[in-house]
Amino acid sequence: MIETEHESLLESIHGVLKTVTDPEIDSVSVLDLGMVENVEVEGSSAKVSVLPTFTGCPALDIIQRDIVNAVIEVEGVDEVEVSFLSNPIWTTDRITELGKSQLKEFGIAPPPANHNPGEPWEIPCPYCGSVFTTMENLFGPTACRCILYCKSCKNPFEAMKPVANIGDE
Amino acid sequence: MTQDKALVELLYSLADDDFILAYRGSEWLGLAPHIEEDVAYSSINQDMMGHATRLYRILEELGEGKADEISHLRKPEQFRNAILLEERNGEGTYLEKPDFDWAFAVVRNYFYTVHKKIRMESLRKSSYEPLKDTALKVSIELQYHLMHWDMWFKQLMTSTDEAKRRMTSAIERCWIEMNGVLSLGPMADEMTSKGYVASEEDMREKWLTHMKKTFEEINAPFPKRLAMSKGNGRQGEHTEDLKTALQTLSEVYETNPTAGW
Repeated sequence: MIETEHESLLESIHGVLKTVTDPEIDSVSVLDLGMVENVEVEGSSAKVSVLPTFTGCPALDIIQRDIVNAVIEVEGVDEVEVSFLSNPIWTTDRITELGKSQLKEFGIAPPPANHNPGEPWEIPCPYCGSVFTTMENLFGPTACRCILYCKSCKNPFEAMKPVANIGDE
Repeated sequence: MTQDKALVELLYSLADDDFILAYRGSEWLGLAPHIEEDVAYSSINQDMMGHATRLYRILEELGEGKADEISHLRKPEQFRNAILLEERNGEGTYLEKPDFDWAFAVVRNYFYTVHKKIRMESLRKSSYEPLKDTALKVSIELQYHLMHWDMWFKQLMTSTDEAKRRMTSAIERCWIEMNGVLSLGPMADEMTSKGYVASEEDMREKWLTHMKKTFEEINAPFPKRLAMSKGNGRQGEHTEDLKTALQTLSEVYETNPTAGW
């Protein structure tokens, strides 16, 4: 009985985490961005461990606050602690398939799969799917994005920078 | 937690380097050569400020005080950044008649970023776990910074005569101060023997090798001896430029240190 209560509490927390989004990309939840590493519940206190995307991302404090505000609303939770972990590191392959399609809706091309750091990558336009695109700026409006231009449909668009774990030198 | 002076000194030098160079970079906001550069450079500065913050938090955990206070309330002589990184961007200020030197910005950031990459590669094998984790995260973001400065450096060095002339004088200026960046300071031997970081000599050699390759690629004469002319920031020696920078940086914070920004 107690076991099931615990599980349903965890499930409810996961449910509300689907409503917490990155304030700078508000179409994707922190779960689908792959930022949530772990959720633990002990009695009525919840612990959520989160992986920061980019170190200097100013949205991190807001995300932390929004997670607390969302989880505290779950029935059976009286206390919420959100901590940022430095290990493991967040990489773009943690973004779920749903997250990738939601990024596209927002006009952001999802990061390429299996990209080797340092090598050029092919980024299809999120609007028309063409790969006839050019990189305008490796940097963009937020730390995790870059700016491109589609030569097929003539739209500027953004892409998520690929972030992969790098091996030893 | 036992207080390990060599570790603390290393963390201060790593954090302060990023902190002050990110600040100098932020003064360029709105003044960079074109709008795309403004976006890119401010992004890089934001990343670097993030790296500094993370290192200050490690210092906080080691009992050095709160991260905000460490960054805002220390005196200039308590800073461990290299002098090259604190120097003004040029004449004037970002508010009044800024006559900043873009060649100096490019060369200083390129030289620093190449060294930072070498330093992070070494820190990824550090015996101090929190530093190891931080170095991996920083290395990933740093790849983009290096691509950016590498492009600027090589393009300007193979551009017009005026560009080459300005770049050459910026290189001369940075070269005679670069040893300050490459220095680990008075506790260098202990930092290395405890396995926190590779030796100064090893990292200097790697930096020089990287530079030789770059200069060969663009067919530019390789500068002569590296030096450190104005003093060693790793032992608290600094210029007036740091003093005024810190005054500006902390002006708002000091009006009410208990406020949340």
